[in-house]
Amino acid sequence: MSKKLTAIAENQPAATAPRPPHAQAPINARLSQEEKIELHRKMVRIRRFEERSLRAYQGKKIGGFLHLYIGQEAVAVGCCSLMGKHDHVITAYRDHGHAIAVGMDPKPLMAELYGKITGCSKGKGGSMHYFDPSRNFWGGHGIVGGQIPLGVGLAYGVKYQGHKGAAMAFMGDGAVNQGAVHEAYNLASLWKLPVVFVIENNGYSMGTSQARSSAGQLAKRAEGYDMPWGQCNGHDVYEVRACMDKFLTLARETNQPSTVEIDTYRYRGHSVADPDNTYRSKQEVEEYRKTKDPIQVFQEQLIKEGVLDEATIEKIDLEARAEADHAADFAEASPYPTPDDIQKDVYWEADHPAQRKSQGRLFFD
Amino acid sequence: MPLITYREAVRHALAEELERDPQVVVMGEEVAQFNGAYKVTEGLLAKFGPNRIVDTPISEAGFIGMGIGASMLGVRPVMELMFWSFYSVAFDQILNNAANVRYMSGGQINCPIVIRGPANGGTNVGATHSHTPENVLANHPGIKVVVPATAYDAKGLLKSAIRDNDPVFFLENTILYGDKGEVPTEEYLIPLGLADVKRTGTDLTIVTYGRCVIHSLAAAAILEQAHAVSVEVVDLRTIRPLDINTVLKSVAKNHRVLIVEEQKPFASVGSQLAYMIQREAFDELDGPIHRLATIDAPAMYSPPVETEQLPNPHRIIKAALAAVA
Repeated sequence: MSKKLTAIAENQPAATAPRPPHAQAPINARLSQEEKIELHRKMVRIRRFEERSLRAYQGKKIGGFLHLYIGQEAVAVGCCSLMGKHDHVITAYRDHGHAIAVGMDPKPLMAELYGKITGCSKGKGGSMHYFDPSRNFWGGHGIVGGQIPLGVGLAYGVKYQGHKGAAMAFMGDGAVNQGAVHEAYNLASLWKLPVVFVIENNGYSMGTSQARSSAGQLAKRAEGYDMPWGQCNGHDVYEVRACMDKFLTLARETNQPSTVEIDTYRYRGHSVADPDNTYRSKQEVEEYRKTKDPIQVFQEQLIKEGVLDEATIEKIDLEARAEADHAADFAEASPYPTPDDIQKDVYWEADHPAQRKSQGRLFFD
Repeated sequence: MPLITYREAVRHALAEELERDPQVVVMGEEVAQFNGAYKVTEGLLAKFGPNRIVDTPISEAGFIGMGIGASMLGVRPVMELMFWSFYSVAFDQILNNAANVRYMSGGQINCPIVIRGPANGGTNVGATHSHTPENVLANHPGIKVVVPATAYDAKGLLKSAIRDNDPVFFLENTILYGDKGEVPTEEYLIPLGLADVKRTGTDLTIVTYGRCVIHSLAAAAILEQAHAVSVEVVDLRTIRPLDINTVLKSVAKNHRVLIVEEQKPFASVGSQLAYMIQREAFDELDGPIHRLATIDAPAMYSPPVETEQLPNPHRIIKAALAAVA
């Protein structure tokens, strides 16, 4: 039995749980109705975007890998909803949810999947490499754990430049075993850098369960580096916000780094290339869908609060579906880059020839 | 002009750029309190304080990656690798993140970071500490690679590297740190990607860089006196961007070429140069392009034998005579 199923057995299904106290956490209690609806809307938009991108992939419109965020929406939406002007986000390759959560337009996101010049990275990055520095979103990184030192660098930059802010460095549960992550933990704690390491624990590093890959509780490893840590239920966006607010505030106010493990679940395989029939049961996935779905959980909460009704829910869903379809239409109608684009965006200097100071050949054939 | 060491030239470049731009920080193992493993950063902590001169733990993947992340926000870190040989433990950060992030973001991000430190053999420290990775680095579009041979070049090139908006990898040499050269007191910059003809000659062009420039100049003096062979020495100074025009001009004049490099021969910088010279100056060549590289094996420890594994004046003379035969 996987660790995840144990977790289910220990918890009441969300549908019959009492109203969670996290709704009363100050960071949630002060949300306006519209802000609450916006949290819901973002999760729905992410899900519809992901479903639409999956259809495009199945229709052979998209190459390479596609790591879907379906099931994990409350994590990115909850965390990114807390961002201030000097807060930054960096994540791994399952990055579509974070991109939408920080406010990126789905049209260039979908176009990037299609490999079009209108993509957010002009068709040069693909699914795993979304970026939007204007929204403090620094990727979208393909190598497990490789982005975590960069996240510490963002925190270093915030502190060095005298801003009050924090970096959120997201990783999956598989990343905690990478050396670069531990080096980053040590530097952050040693130098008191304002970073929150966020472990999105979906229970599986690709097809290897947590029980088969990692010794001990993941976030607890922070203790070895003298960092506080927390754990929360990633199926409840209120809980994510309440938990993350605490650690983000700690980082912003005192430069104290921390690690937060957020329990979540992905309904789809590791990537769409994963047949998903070797390492977990259909029943396990169904159990999560039925009892812990983050959109369902929050929707029911907001109905109880009188913030959402069926008509609004349907309207939000229809709009999200339409938005995803429009994004796909936009992507479909956009041109591909040309071979002339291949050597653009390699060097800052080559892209700014008037300001170039070096000489000699930058490119070779 | 005052005579200063290569080490001092690098230090002066760091100090001047730290003075000029508050975004510049110097980080690395033992760079601050210890005054630098090779004393390059000596005195900088006292002058600029611990916020600008930062000792890191032995944690190359962590601190190099951190510097790259900070550079995305506009900090201009100059990171010291105690040896460039340690790049292997930070490979993912250097060559996946620094080299690729601009491209993968469609040009939205740039990393104005400098990574510097010595990269050389010849100090009897065995294979793990003797790597010369300029070919490996230069194989990655998006980054720049500089290998200065003299104090004058080291200072002018490092100042340009720190002001560059792309990642620049700056490869120094522990054996050259004590070498003195004339360096003006007034400020100067040397643009990256500009080669320098260190000696003019008419019979043979030696294309080289780094410490092999010094060896080639020593060999050229002997070749002139003892063998009546007039050698031109072209110092590339920067590997990428590459000043191939200066090379081709010299080839067109002398028609015979010897490439000298402290590199393992397979897929080396010299391999690329040989390809480009034959492709772009085929009709100028009076003979095949010759090359002298490190003898193809991991770096030998045994002190007298390691000297023979690397290019040295005596091996260069032999290779030069073969090239003009």
